[in-house]
Amino acid sequence: MPSILGTRVLRREDRGFLTSGAIYTADIEDSRLDGAVHATYVRSTMAHAGIEVDVSEAVTMPGVVAVFKASDLDGPKAIPGPVPVFPESMLNWPLLAGDRVRFVGEAVAVVLSEHPSQGEDAAEAVLVDYDPLPAVVDPEMALANEVLVHEDVGTNISVDFTDLGMATGYSDDDFFSDCEVVVSGRVAQPRTAAAPLEVRSAACAWEDGRVILWISNQAPHMTRGALTSLYGEQVAAGIRVLVGDVGGGFGAKIAPYPEEALLPWISSRLGRPVRWFESRTENMSAMGPGRGHIHRYTLGGTRDGDLTHYRLDVLVDGGAYARIGAFLPMFTLPMTVGVYDIPNVETTARSVVTNTAPLEAYRGAGRPEATLTIERAVDVFAAEIGIDPVEVRRRNYLPADVFPVTTSVGTEYDTGDYEASLDLALGAAGLDALRAEQRRRRDSGSPKQLGIGVATYVEMTAGPAPGGDEFGRVEITAEGKARVFSGSLSHGQSHRTTFSMIVADQLGISPDDVELIQGDTDLVEHGSGTMASKSTQLGGSAIHDAAGIVVSEARRLAADLLEAGVDDVVLDADTGRFHVVGSPAVDLSWADVAAAADEGALVAESKERRGCTYPFGTHLAVVEVDIETGQVRLDRLVSCDDAGVIINPMIVEGQRHGGIAQGVAQALFEEVSYDADGNPLTTNFADYGIVSMAELPSFELVPLETPTPCNPLGAKGIGESGAIGSTPAVQNAVADALSYMGVTHIDIPLTPQKVWAAIDSATS
Amino acid sequence: MQVSMTINGEVVSDDVEPRTLLVHFIRESASLTGTNIGCDSSSCGACTVHLAGEAVKSCTMLAVQADGLEVTTIEGLADGDVLHPMQQAFHECHALQCGYCTPGMVMAAVSLLDEVPNPTEAEVREGLEGNLCRCTGYHNIVAAVLQASGSGKGES
Ligand code: FES
Ligand code: FES
Repeated sequence: MPSILGTRVLRREDRGFLTSGAIYTADIEDSRLDGAVHATYVRSTMAHAGIEVDVSEAVTMPGVVAVFKASDLDGPKAIPGPVPVFPESMLNWPLLAGDRVRFVGEAVAVVLSEHPSQGEDAAEAVLVDYDPLPAVVDPEMALANEVLVHEDVGTNISVDFTDLGMATGYSDDDFFSDCEVVVSGRVAQPRTAAAPLEVRSAACAWEDGRVILWISNQAPHMTRGALTSLYGEQVAAGIRVLVGDVGGGFGAKIAPYPEEALLPWISSRLGRPVRWFESRTENMSAMGPGRGHIHRYTLGGTRDGDLTHYRLDVLVDGGAYARIGAFLPMFTLPMTVGVYDIPNVETTARSVVTNTAPLEAYRGAGRPEATLTIERAVDVFAAEIGIDPVEVRRRNYLPADVFPVTTSVGTEYDTGDYEASLDLALGAAGLDALRAEQRRRRDSGSPKQLGIGVATYVEMTAGPAPGGDEFGRVEITAEGKARVFSGSLSHGQSHRTTFSMIVADQLGISPDDVELIQGDTDLVEHGSGTMASKSTQLGGSAIHDAAGIVVSEARRLAADLLEAGVDDVVLDADTGRFHVVGSPAVDLSWADVAAAADEGALVAESKERRGCTYPFGTHLAVVEVDIETGQVRLDRLVSCDDAGVIINPMIVEGQRHGGIAQGVAQALFEEVSYDADGNPLTTNFADYGIVSMAELPSFELVPLETPTPCNPLGAKGIGESGAIGSTPAVQNAVADALSYMGVTHIDIPLTPQKVWAAIDSATS
Repeated sequence: MQVSMTINGEVVSDDVEPRTLLVHFIRESASLTGTNIGCDSSSCGACTVHLAGEAVKSCTMLAVQADGLEVTTIEGLADGDVLHPMQQAFHECHALQCGYCTPGMVMAAVSLLDEVPNPTEAEVREGLEGNLCRCTGYHNIVAAVLQASGSGKGES
C-alpha cells in the first residue's frame, strides 16, 4: 500500500465546523466563566492629543460594574512589543492611555458591565477631554521630526537597521558608475488589514491563584511568556493560555494586545471572570495592519540585460508603538535580491513612528515587500532596455545547479529551480497566445487592453536563519492509538489532518486514531505557534521525529515479547503490526506493545530547530484594463509554487488559493488609509476594499516539488507564498497593459482613480 | 419584550430588549453559536441564516422582526448524521479553513441554489458576493457550490 503522504485526505476538522460551527473564543462555555463581566474599551477619537478622562457619569449607568482609566491601574501599565530593540517609550504600548493618545482607536478606559450592550452605552458616556496636538501620519514626513510622536525620544526614527548591522548602508556615489543602464523608483506598499473574519476576542478567570486566559491567538506560548513577564510575581502560580478554534489570524494575532493583557488585572480587581470581544470597527482601527513600507530602489546593469548593481532603501511606517511590524525589515533585507544573481547590493532600512495604529505582521511579513520591489524593478529595467521582462528574468536567475547558494546579501538558499517554475507557469498560461491577443487589442485600439505580468519569488519560511523551533510529543495510549501534542497551532491550516497523516504514516495506524492536542499551554509545555509558514516543516518534523523515536522503542519492546533480536523486528507500515522478519503470522499490535510497556515508555518528544527553507515560484497574471475608466479586472492568475515535499496537496492548494486572493487584493483593492489628521478612513468592511468572490477568478495552480534537505519531511512552507507572488504579478500586468502609452509604474492598490490618472497623464 | 420564533424546529421564546438583533437572539437566547458575527456594516454574511426559507443576514434585522417565524441555522441543516449536500460538497472540496465564514456561507449557498439551481461560475460569484471569506480565496467555495448544484463543474 502506498504511503498516505502526498494524498488528498479530506479534513478531519470539518464535521463540527460544518454542522454546529467551530468553538471560537466568544462561543466558549466554561463554568470558570460563569458570571463574567463584559469589557468594552473606550477608544480615542483623536490621533494625537493630551487627554483627561471623566468616567463619573458612565459608572452610574445601568449594568455597569466598574469603569477604569489609566490612573486606576495598580498593576502593569504597558505591554512591551515583542522585539526589545526600540527606545522604551516607543516599545511600551500603554494598556490604557494616560495623559496622551497617539492614534485613533487607542484604548483610554474600559467599562465592565453585565451585558455587552450596557457596556456600549456606558462607553459613550465616558467623557474624554482632548487637547489636540499636531499629528504625523505620513512616514516620509515623520522623518523630518517636526512633529514627534514620542517627545522624550527626540526623533521619530524607532530603529535604523544599518546601526544594527542588518542593512549594509550605502558606500559612495560611484556605486552605479560601471552600469550602462540605471533605473530607479519608489514603490509604495500601503498598509493592508489582516482582517481575519473573527475579530479579537479573549476571556479571563483566576483559578487557584493562576490566570486562565482564553484568547483568539496564533502563539499561545508566546502569549503566556509575554503575560508572565508583564504580571511577574502576581502570577507566580503560572498562567494557562487556552486557544480554541481561531477564525483566522494572518499574522495579526501573534503577540497579545493591551486589551487582552489587561484582562487578568480586571478579573483580579473585580474578583470576577471577564470576557472581551471587539467590534469590526474597533478591529479595523486598533488591531494593527501589515505591510506599510515605502521602498526606493536603484537597479543597474548592462544594455543586454545583466543585472549587476542594486540598492534598496526601506522605510517602515511602524505606527504609534513599535510592535513586530516595525522590525520586519529583518525578513525583508535577507530577501533583497530575490531570485537573482546580482553581485553588488547595498541596503538601508529604518522604521518610524507615526500617529497611526501600531504595525503588525501580515501574511508574508516582510518578504512580500522585498519581492514586490525587486520584481517591479526588473520590469522597469526591462522596459528601459526594451527586452522582454521574461528574458531579463531568465538571464539573471540564480541557476538550478548552484544550490545551496549564499546570495550577495548573505542569505543561504537551500534548493531552487526558478527557471523551471517560470517555464511551467508560462506553459500553463500559454504566453504566446496571450501576447498575440494583446497585440490584437492594441492594433484595434480596443478600450479593453490586456496586460500580462510575471513575477518570480523566493521566500523564507521559519526564518530568518537560524530559523525558529517547534515542539512535538507523541505518545501511545493503552488502546494503541496515538496522542500528539504540538506547540504549533492551527487557525485554519488543518494541522489535525496534516499532522495525523504524518504520525499515521510513521506508526502504520489510521489518521483517525491520531488525536492532536494543541492550544493549551498546560498540556503542551513548549511551543512557538503558527506563523512564518513553519507549521509543517518544523511542527510536522518535530512530531515526525518523535513518532520515529516511539517506533524504535516499540520495536525494542516487541523484540522482547517476540523473543527476537530487535534488528529482526519490523513494523508493517500498512497494518501497524510488529513481527519478526519472515514470520508475519505471529505479530503484535500497538495495543499489545503498549500493554507490555512501562508507563512513559512509549512517549517521545522532539524540539525541531532546523534551518529555514526557501520556497519559490512564478506567478503570471492576466488583467484587462478599461482605459476609459481605469477599471482593472483580473482575468487569470496562474501560479507555480514550490513547497518541497507535500503532505496533503488539497490543503496546500487551499493555502495557495487563500494567499493568492490576499495578494491580488493588495494589488487591486485593499489599503488601510488615514486622512492628514490621522482619522482612519477604512474602519469597516464597507469602507475597506476587502476582496469578495465577485472580484476574483478561479486560480490556475501548477505543481512543482523541489525537496529540501533541511528537515526529515523535505517540506517547505506554503502558507504565505500565494500572497508573495501574486501582488507583483498583478502590478506588473497592469503596467504591461499600459506600457505602450509609456506608463511604467502605478502604485498599489491599482484603483480605477489611480489607473485612470496614470493613463491621463501618459496620454495628455 | 417577549419574542418567540421557531429555530431549527424548536420554539424559542425570550424576553429581550427591543433593539436585540436576530443574530444575538440566535446566539444568546437560543444558545446556538454556529452563526457568527464578522462585521458591523452588514458586509460579511457570516451571520446568514434562513428566515421563512430565505437567506438573511441576521445582523441586519431585529429579533422582533422574526417573531412567529421559522428560522434555520447551520445547526439545523444536516439531516441527523447525514450532511446536507452543500455541507458535503464543502467538505469534499476543502471549501473551509478557519471555518468562521462557513456557517453563513453554506446557508447563503443553499439559498442561492434554491433560486438558481444550475448556476454558472459567474452566477455563483455574483450570488455570494455578500459573503466574505478571508481564508480560502473563494476558489474551493465556488467549486463546492458548483458541485452541490450538480452542474458537474465542481473540482477540488
Ligand atoms: S455580521 Fe452580519 S453581515 Fe457581517
Ligand atoms: S474559512 Fe476562514 S473566513 Fe472563510
